[in-house]
Amino acid sequence: MDLKTIAVPHIPVRYYEGGKGEPLVFLHGASGFLPNDPFLAALAEHYHVYAPLLPGYGDSEECPELRDMLDITLHTWDVIEALGLKDPILVGHSMGGMIAAEMAAIAPHDVTRLALICPAGLWLESHPVPDLFSTMPYEFPALLFHDVQKGTELLTAGMALDNPQWLKGFLVINARQMGMAGRILFPIPDRGLAQRLYRIKAKTLLIWGDHDRLIAPAYAEGFKSKIPHAELVMVKNAGHMVTLEKPQEVLTSLARLA
Amino acid sequence: MKFTWFNLMPWPHLPDDFRQKNRSVWVDIDSRLFDPIKSNEVYNTYLDLLEYASTLGFDGIGVNEHHQNGYGIMPSPNLIAATLARRTKDVGLVVLGNSIALYNPPVRVAEEFAMLDCISGGRLVAGFPVGTSMDTNYCYGQIPSLTREKYMEAHDLIRKAWAEPDPFAFNGRYTKLRHVNIWPRPIQQPPPIHIPGGGSVETYDFCIDNTYSYSYLSFTGYIRARALMGGYWDRVAERNAPDHSPYRAGFAQTICVADTDAEARRLYEEHVMYFYNRCLHVYPGFADAPGYRTIKTIQSGALSQYAPARPFSEVTWEELIEGGHIIAGSPETVRQRMEDLIKSLHVGNIFCLLHVGNMPKEKCMNSTKLFAEKVMPKLRNMFPDYADDDRFWCHPIPNQAQPVNLAEQGRA
Repeated sequence: MDLKTIAVPHIPVRYYEGGKGEPLVFLHGASGFLPNDPFLAALAEHYHVYAPLLPGYGDSEECPELRDMLDITLHTWDVIEALGLKDPILVGHSMGGMIAAEMAAIAPHDVTRLALICPAGLWLESHPVPDLFSTMPYEFPALLFHDVQKGTELLTAGMALDNPQWLKGFLVINARQMGMAGRILFPIPDRGLAQRLYRIKAKTLLIWGDHDRLIAPAYAEGFKSKIPHAELVMVKNAGHMVTLEKPQEVLTSLARLA
Repeated sequence: MKFTWFNLMPWPHLPDDFRQKNRSVWVDIDSRLFDPIKSNEVYNTYLDLLEYASTLGFDGIGVNEHHQNGYGIMPSPNLIAATLARRTKDVGLVVLGNSIALYNPPVRVAEEFAMLDCISGGRLVAGFPVGTSMDTNYCYGQIPSLTREKYMEAHDLIRKAWAEPDPFAFNGRYTKLRHVNIWPRPIQQPPPIHIPGGGSVETYDFCIDNTYSYSYLSFTGYIRARALMGGYWDRVAERNAPDHSPYRAGFAQTICVADTDAEARRLYEEHVMYFYNRCLHVYPGFADAPGYRTIKTIQSGALSQYAPARPFSEVTWEELIEGGHIIAGSPETVRQRMEDLIKSLHVGNIFCLLHVGNMPKEKCMNSTKLFAEKVMPKLRNMFPDYADDDRFWCHPIPNQAQPVNLAEQGRA
């Protein structure tokens, strides 16, 4: 994958591009991408992937002008336009799924194929989403992965969770990234999406890890019941980072959008 | 020098095993530890102590705002200040302060501070903190990375609401008001403003540019504060501020006075330990919402708190004295260390934390009286060159109205 920059109103946007096939735009979750992200690599085996970084993520500049859900939704449409894409397959994970759903709801005629991988954006009193913003670094693996040990290795690149070098890097990146994510996820990741989901016209695929401890599988039903043409695929033995734990299963599911 | 007797209002009944059984004194503290019946006594004792301090020559009595907090049961400092306005005279009412990003709309702060200033006859010293992450983000739900922008807008609105004689429209990003025209208006135009800060350059500049006093309210004492306050004074020089008046800065210090050093330890140690070992037990996940602090601050900060918890080792009296967290001892010992504090930090405003932890009333009165009579007078003239600098303190009107007991007057 190549890391490139494109000019978009308000801010230059960093994005990964690679692979051959149908154009697919992938919107990352609140934790961003790993270095040499294995899921992006898997996607690139089948698609021409464009994966923009939300401002503040990775090495990209922060953008004070993006303050709320509408700003971020329209910004992401601006990115797609700047990339010269028309009706790409739109895929989003977690926070990225929330943004993708908003994009499809606000411009229903511009998205015909949509995949939401354990998206944020709804709130169920019966299954409150854990407070990601007060979660300690060492608590993340158990919250995000079904296989906690493997998840820890992925997250820290093999370093210990109390390794000062890893912690410092993590805290700085986390403050930038989650600072931005907080504009749509803090303190409750609900910005009214529930009352807009009916507008989505795309063929929609919902993909969920059956052991998701961050956004419980109960949320899958919430999305499925509100999006007109939605199909649900539950991936076995996977947590919230189903993209990293079961990339091949996620890819196989995506083929249903063809 | 300006000395303010400051009370955090800690809940004095946290159990001995509080730290073992609770993850935080703040945000998600167990509500069952609060006893409303007992609080009646606690609140009234704390008010008595504030009123008592006002009779001993302190320049101000001080209160502040915290939410869902076991060491600060004062979510509304304005309510406390309102009762003090009636039962004290001449002394400054230091409200340090209102977290202005939390009030909707923020003209509420302009109104309540104006009321306090009018009721007290111009005795208000106003504080505008951004607020801690615990209060502002985790308890009151403000989006961390937008808190400062909202704070600045609220500040501009409040200052304009105090100053502008005619109704005006305010088209802010966070507050939109078609008719801003507060009643009442403050006596002081404007009241002196103190800004509690934690070391960010932006806050230094904000104080310097607006002639506000920069307050560092830490519990870790004056020795550790030297780097931060040094940074502030360097910035004052860099920005070519017209003067280096020590009243441009304030500092909070825990102080315990007794007849001798040994007596101070005998009388106060358990209450100091209650505060430092029990009350300051804050879950690190609440300390700093991502986006609330700047990246630079994080890079310079301590990382150990983010690692998996290790067994807690209690701090000792000796460590607290040595580190300057507390200044405790005989009047002469306290005087010497206060002089060191005032000189080394170059601060004209001292917020004296003379009530500590679960200290009972009698001990607190003893410590307060000794400080007021045997320490404070000897520290009065630390900055003779700035004796006339009254920009950062309140200006009470002559002939303030006094409370009248109409029932008694009717009988007479």
